Amino acid sequence: MMLPDPGTTLYAGAFGLIVIGIVGLVISKNLYRILLALVIAEAGANMLLVLAGFRFDAIAPIITGAFATAQSVPMVDPVPQAMVLTAIVIGVGIQALALSLIMQVYRTYGTLDMREISRKLDRDMAGSAGVSPSSSEEEPAPQSLSPLPDALLNKTGKEGADA
Amino acid sequence: MVERKSIRDFAALLFALGLAFLLLVLGGQFVFGSAPMLIGQEILKSAPAETGAANIVTSVVLGYRGIDTLVEIAILFSAATAAGLVLGKRRENARRDPDGGFILKASADLLFPFLLMVGFYIILHGHVTPGGGFQGGVILAAAFFIPLLARPSRKVNHAGIIVIEGLSGAAFIIIGLVSLFQGKEFLQPLLANSLEIGTLGNLISAGTLPLLYLAVGLKVGAELAGLLAHIADVEADL
Repeated sequence: MMLPDPGTTLYAGAFGLIVIGIVGLVISKNLYRILLALVIAEAGANMLLVLAGFRFDAIAPIITGAFATAQSVPMVDPVPQAMVLTAIVIGVGIQALALSLIMQVYRTYGTLDMREISRKLDRDMAGSAGVSPSSSEEEPAPQSLSPLPDALLNKTGKEGADA
Repeated sequence: MVERKSIRDFAALLFALGLAFLLLVLGGQFVFGSAPMLIGQEILKSAPAETGAANIVTSVVLGYRGIDTLVEIAILFSAATAAGLVLGKRRENARRDPDGGFILKASADLLFPFLLMVGFYIILHGHVTPGGGFQGGVILAAAFFIPLLARPSRKVNHAGIIVIEGLSGAAFIIIGLVSLFQGKEFLQPLLANSLEIGTLGNLISAGTLPLLYLAVGLKVGAELAGLLAHIADVEADL
């Protein structure tokens, strides 16, 4: 079997990770899976950035004893590697923040399914605005409509206000 | 219902194929390897003399883009703070997960000193070998988090974490200010010329860069340990 050259494989892998991640973002219904898809797409983007400066005939940009000067042997571009170091660290921060938000959503609504969460959100928003959840947007509002939602006025939220 | 689902899958497949085609056509036009950016080659030529660090990625991260690293630490800090804010405080009487078994607890205690050693090794050798403050900081965070996984009921010293975090963040800025008062730019490496202190490739070299990386490593380690402790500390009874 004839293998493609390693460069093509690496680029195809990076693009493939990005595609898998974005498709996962689009078609996933579970919030946690959406976060995982984001992580996969991020890995692909990082890999593409590192590959942009990579050369097969060069060594890592670290001067060791054998190569006393930088000019003797070609070295790969250090700038994309430093950029990716930054991107990975910021990615970890974003993932931790997203994960804690997802945990709070699960504590409040008891599910991670996007459709169910949006249904419950609609019901809660309609409930606090004093309209029936099944009404259409064109329906005239009831007389007692106040600019503030009931939950704020009565200090009694529906669910999720247990803190 | 089944029909709608299959149409959805078909549309998703078409979308994936189109996206892959678009990316491959765009990517095929890049010239990889022979970078159009000349800055990388310039940095490779002048970095050893200007910063004294054998690891040129370190001299880019701390020397040429030091302010960027400072902002990056700030972003990590704000993410950790926001996560702590979102997760909230647990109630005093909330149920906790039970402790792990003997093997888990003993091996967690056994791993702790070794992880600490590896973490500090990687931080302190960041300017001569692959590694540095971010990588070593993550290992430090793991060293403090693994015993917590084995014993979820153990109290976390959040005050100590905050003190380490604040002091290391302040140290990073103070080192930057020192070089400002020496008449150089903010965060410009001090004593960087390899002739002044140490030799290129030795542990003692590169001037203030190892100190900066130590500050980064302690800050990242404290930050991530606090964040993981917060996430693990969320009330289990949902």
